[in-house]
Amino acid sequence: MTRLNVQKTYKIFIGGKFPRTESGRHYAIENSKGEHVANMCLSSRKDFRNAVVAARKAQPAWAGITAYNRSQILYRLAEMLESRKASFMDEMNSLGLSKKQAEKEVSSSIDALVYYAGWCDKYTALFSSVNPTASAHFNFSVHEPTGVVAAIAPEDSPLFGLISVIAPSIAGGNAVIVLASEMKATSAISFAEVVQNSDVPGGVINILTGNLAELLPHMASHMDVNALTMTRGELDVKSQASLIENVKRFYDWTNKWQNQDPYLILDLQEVKTTWHPVQKSVASGGGY
Amino acid sequence: MDNHWNLSPAAESAEIAKLKPKYELFINGNWQEPKSKKYFKTINPANEAMLAKVAEAGSEDVDAAFKAAETAFKPWNKLSGAERGKYIYRIARMIQERSREFAVIESLDGGKPIRESRDIDIPLAAAHFFYYAGWADKLQYAFPNKKIQSIGVAAQIIPWNFPLLMAAWKIAPALACGNTVVLKPAETTPLTALKLAEIIEESGLPKGVVNIITGAGETGALMTNHSIPKKLAFTGSTEVGKKIYKAALEGNKKVTLELGGKAANIIFDDAPIDAAVEGIINGIYFNQGHVCCAGSRLFVQESVYEEVLSKLKKRMDSLIVGDPMDKNTDIGAINSAAQLKTIEEYIKIGKEEGAEMYQPECDLPKNGNWCKPTLFTNVAQSNRIAQEEIFGPVLAIQTFRTIDEVIDKANNTPYGLSAGVWTDKGSKIFQLTQALNAGVVWANTYNKFDPTSPFGGYKESGFGREGGVHGLGAYLKY
Repeated sequence: MTRLNVQKTYKIFIGGKFPRTESGRHYAIENSKGEHVANMCLSSRKDFRNAVVAARKAQPAWAGITAYNRSQILYRLAEMLESRKASFMDEMNSLGLSKKQAEKEVSSSIDALVYYAGWCDKYTALFSSVNPTASAHFNFSVHEPTGVVAAIAPEDSPLFGLISVIAPSIAGGNAVIVLASEMKATSAISFAEVVQNSDVPGGVINILTGNLAELLPHMASHMDVNALTMTRGELDVKSQASLIENVKRFYDWTNKWQNQDPYLILDLQEVKTTWHPVQKSVASGGGY
Repeated sequence: MDNHWNLSPAAESAEIAKLKPKYELFINGNWQEPKSKKYFKTINPANEAMLAKVAEAGSEDVDAAFKAAETAFKPWNKLSGAERGKYIYRIARMIQERSREFAVIESLDGGKPIRESRDIDIPLAAAHFFYYAGWADKLQYAFPNKKIQSIGVAAQIIPWNFPLLMAAWKIAPALACGNTVVLKPAETTPLTALKLAEIIEESGLPKGVVNIITGAGETGALMTNHSIPKKLAFTGSTEVGKKIYKAALEGNKKVTLELGGKAANIIFDDAPIDAAVEGIINGIYFNQGHVCCAGSRLFVQESVYEEVLSKLKKRMDSLIVGDPMDKNTDIGAINSAAQLKTIEEYIKIGKEEGAEMYQPECDLPKNGNWCKPTLFTNVAQSNRIAQEEIFGPVLAIQTFRTIDEVIDKANNTPYGLSAGVWTDKGSKIFQLTQALNAGVVWANTYNKFDPTSPFGGYKESGFGREGGVHGLGAYLKY
């Protein structure tokens, strides 16, 4: 007896939930043979704004947990992905990736998660400083997350690309809204299922599917987004002009996301310097 | 008022300045007359007397400066880090040797009290060169596992509040990292940068490595839109900073911005109150409040509000406002007539919005630009004097009850440059210093600076750091 398989409805991922796009719009993904693969949400400006609200709400608590805890949560994502490797490969296969390509895509994704998991409790130790001021003060500089990051994932790498822009952002305590690959978007939403089942709090990772040209200007102009990372070449002039309105940090990761690189974590950090007087028992000119 | 000790005048001599009547542009190691043929006056804001005429760099001049910097880049960049460092050390030493002259000029041209230019601006400028000189041959240690490269030519635009110090913050790390620069000081305070050019000339630094050109906003725009510089560095207002950010994005240039601020200075009821009052004074009245990191929003816990306010007013009454050249002066002249107008406008707005103003009684000189130290009580979070950067000696005071409340209020601003916290409890200090969204947080102190200590903002106060190991990242590709 033949059995009809059950197809997945792909929605978007905001605040730990799977809403449909508020716009009700969709676009279709086809494989290389032109066969229908899935309908995806064509996310709107409003979806992005909702995701920013969720990210802003979730970010302080995510930055506030211990680095050890954050590290374990990222590692747990890798564990969960490893156990679902076969299903991710099947899904990529339907997008037209060869078995070998799909295997590499998933393996690289898992390894990237493990790599950045390990950085969570190390980059501040390596890149912070205690500064020997010429006065009686204890003075140190540490990294803190920039806050809410909007990220454009690469178009051609459905899962490794997505994870390579997410992992350095969240390893450093930011919350992220990422626009997935448009025509290979199914892996991204399946990854959202992994995220939802993990200990990553709702709102820390938000994933939208849709069109870059439509969403980019809104991502660049949103006043409550602290940074934008790009992996699909240069920004258009209008988006460039929007970035300045809230002095949004901008990083072009087009040629960088593929690398395992702690400097990507640092791109999305601010350096805070703290001063405090040191009491001295001899007259040494410092103090208040 | 004769109820406190009056100090006898102790004026520093203006003769020490040794100023020329006219300054040309310092391009390619030479003093060049501007192709624009234009000059502007720089005046002493304390008496409105002209100090010198200064060249206004036009399009051809800006072009010449960048071409000189571009030509100088290759040989300078090829030089070993150790040799580069020795040039920078030499500049640091020469500033120290001529520190009195520089302090006098800084106070004459900018209006700041000689006590501050002598004890803070000039020593810190020399220290900054000295600090970064030592980095020139050690850069690779700061970027583990990365191949570092110099950027090329940097365009650097600095403000009028700390003229020589800002020049040092810009030039020293740029040179240490193997770049060449074109620097423009602010149009109201060009003289110490031009004096620095004299030192650079005497130091034997290869021609074209540092070019110093003068002019106003138009010259600045010519610089940021020029094709040669691959790096823009700016300290100044958030408004202008955004334009420079745009130019950098369009021109695909690296950029660092140190912009405005509206810092919260927070006093808890367990703070050492007398020390805190000194910190409030230093936070807002240092350099006439012309400080991007000034503690312009004061938050006092309700239970000590009356005590803090009465002590603060008493301390304000003892501040000496007047001749910047007098060694006893606490508050000098407002840097320009335009800035005085801005400050006066904000004082008017503060009153109109319903806040209550206090100024000590004191005589102000007849000529020049002067503003009494000012505070406002009964200020609402939404008042413009609590939201916008005034860049003058105007303090907006609010009260609070709980820690969470004051964190919310302190962070409720588009700026994020600095903050201050006063309490005797260590765990509370760390709670606050971690929760405040600002690049520099002073606990039980305020307005302290050091070359080893990174400085720079969160949010709309800009990005990138100046000072310390983190300041190197602004001038390298990696």
